[in-house]
Amino acid sequence: MSLQVSDLRVYYRTLAGDVKALDGATFSIADKEIMGLAGESGCGKSTLGNSLIRLDGRMKYIAGSVTLDDNVMPIWDKTGMNQFRFRDVSVIPQYAMSAMNPTCKIGKMTEELLESRGENFREIKPEFLRRIDLVGLQRDVLTRYPMELSGGMKQRMVMVISTLLNPSLLIADEITSALDVSTQRAVAETLVSFRDHGFVKSMMVITHDMSILYQIADSILVMYAGKLAEKAPTSVVIERPLHPYTRMLVSSLPEVGVRYADKKLTGIPGSPPSLLNPPTGCRFRARCPLAFAKCAEEPPFVEVDTDHAVACWKATGTDA
Amino acid sequence: MLSLNRVSKIYSTGTFGGKEMTAVRDVSFDVNTGEVVSLIGESGSGKTTIGKMILKLIDISHGSITLDETDISAVRGSALKSYYEHVQGVFQDPFSSYNPIFKADRVFGLIRSEYFRGVAASEWSDKVDAAVRSVALDPGQVLNKYPHQLSGGQLQRLLIARALLLDLKILVADEIISMLDASTRIDVLNLLADLKSRGMGILFITHDLSLGNYISEKTVILRRGAVVEMGETEKVFGHPTHPYTRLLVSSVPQLHKKWTQIEDELEPPIAGTGGCPFHDAYPLAGHQGVRPVDEPTLVEIEEGHFVGCFELENETSRQVA
Repeated sequence: MSLQVSDLRVYYRTLAGDVKALDGATFSIADKEIMGLAGESGCGKSTLGNSLIRLDGRMKYIAGSVTLDDNVMPIWDKTGMNQFRFRDVSVIPQYAMSAMNPTCKIGKMTEELLESRGENFREIKPEFLRRIDLVGLQRDVLTRYPMELSGGMKQRMVMVISTLLNPSLLIADEITSALDVSTQRAVAETLVSFRDHGFVKSMMVITHDMSILYQIADSILVMYAGKLAEKAPTSVVIERPLHPYTRMLVSSLPEVGVRYADKKLTGIPGSPPSLLNPPTGCRFRARCPLAFAKCAEEPPFVEVDTDHAVACWKATGTDA
Repeated sequence: MLSLNRVSKIYSTGTFGGKEMTAVRDVSFDVNTGEVVSLIGESGSGKTTIGKMILKLIDISHGSITLDETDISAVRGSALKSYYEHVQGVFQDPFSSYNPIFKADRVFGLIRSEYFRGVAASEWSDKVDAAVRSVALDPGQVLNKYPHQLSGGQLQRLLIARALLLDLKILVADEIISMLDASTRIDVLNLLADLKSRGMGILFITHDLSLGNYISEKTVILRRGAVVEMGETEKVFGHPTHPYTRLLVSSVPQLHKKWTQIEDELEPPIAGTGGCPFHDAYPLAGHQGVRPVDEPTLVEIEEGHFVGCFELENETSRQVA
């Protein structure tokens, strides 16, 4: 078991009180697994991703534990995490286009980065160049400034740098959303090839785009309003989802081949609740067409089938 | 109704404006009443530039755009004001379309002070209520609120409602869905389809092929400022012919098919000679630059389906066979 997260809670401190952006997450990612993390904006998916590598000043660790390869990660400890970051857990940030130092040539920047971690750049360089070839970039990017590269090239460059020390876990946060379809596909396929080459052991791909996840992910975790809604292998989430939110999310996506004239799709009425004072019980209750009395109690996130966990009273069959 | 005739836009770039960059090259298409035309292209393909030229936010370098036979480049002064009564745009980021220190419904007030000074207050508020209702919002919930109190989807729909207050013929919708969440984007899309049935012409600018395919009658595919393929949506997506269109169609992530499967299932191109159908038809045509006025830019390969020259494609590294 590569990553094991149990009951993780991370809140944001605001003047109005704590925003419960991540309110109890329990899941695991196996070795060689690419897990997709999907949900609407504000559902806490980026908070979950960030909390596994770096809590920023506004984020407050409340409870829970994170274990990576049998080592407990002290995610509440800023300096204690330093020995894990980059080496064991690495990130491709949401705005990878602007993640590189604009005043520095890319080669120099990478060298400084590695030496600050006590690694020898010269030893790593052959492998570094090999990976640059692998993602289809020219080796002379090392002597260029980030602004000389296009968005897709920068994205791939950051991917190579982030995974240079073969981390156990790679967190990829919305890395395809700012790209054009053809570049999007190339970047997504590069992610898969990184896993296949063993550069990273397992991956968490955060995106709001379910169709990208269907292409690359082994399993999908759907979040809603700070809670986990459903986790299952990709084909199960897409073909046979149990949680009503997943079902509505999947069916509200227009696909190539679906025309307004033939089949009118519908969205999900309403909007997610405020996380400042989230409602009790199931948080999807107000928008859920299946809600019933029992939903005033909070549904547990339980396994209903092999590798298929869901937080819904209807799906767990308790209403019978 | 709205007609673009060999429109080009050349920007001057470089420190002293010494260099030229052709953002849009020889683009011609029409948007008719009750029709959604989707303009699809990657970033930098010139799709937003075309939208801005229609909205008269930037000048046209060559060619002409006409609305009901009137050349819009000559429209000025009071005629321009009445042009905007018929042509409006909605843009990608709803949050930056509002002034955050005023209430969101100020956008309606501005319309009133410009176009409807004579209308009585009660009549006006009925009109606003009707417009807000027609975009599937509850006036009590969204009026009299500040932009930060509303969601992106609500703000975007209010902007469409604002456009509805006018006697609109053409709506330029520039990436209006991209910033919205999956659960709300389809509602805005369905709203566009309702407007279409009321006789409005919509230019739907997007980079997302599945959205364009869902809603539009006609599709125009742009690459580096030039039209590579256009025509009726079923024909363009059913038989993609230009290598670039084929690359796009095969790269769209789908929910029930993997990428390799999409590639395998792609219909073979119509003009299956392997060569460039444009140069098969016009062997003497040039390859680059703005074409002479008497030279065509596209060739019709089946009824209502046009394809441009394949040569533009030479620089792409990944090709789909």
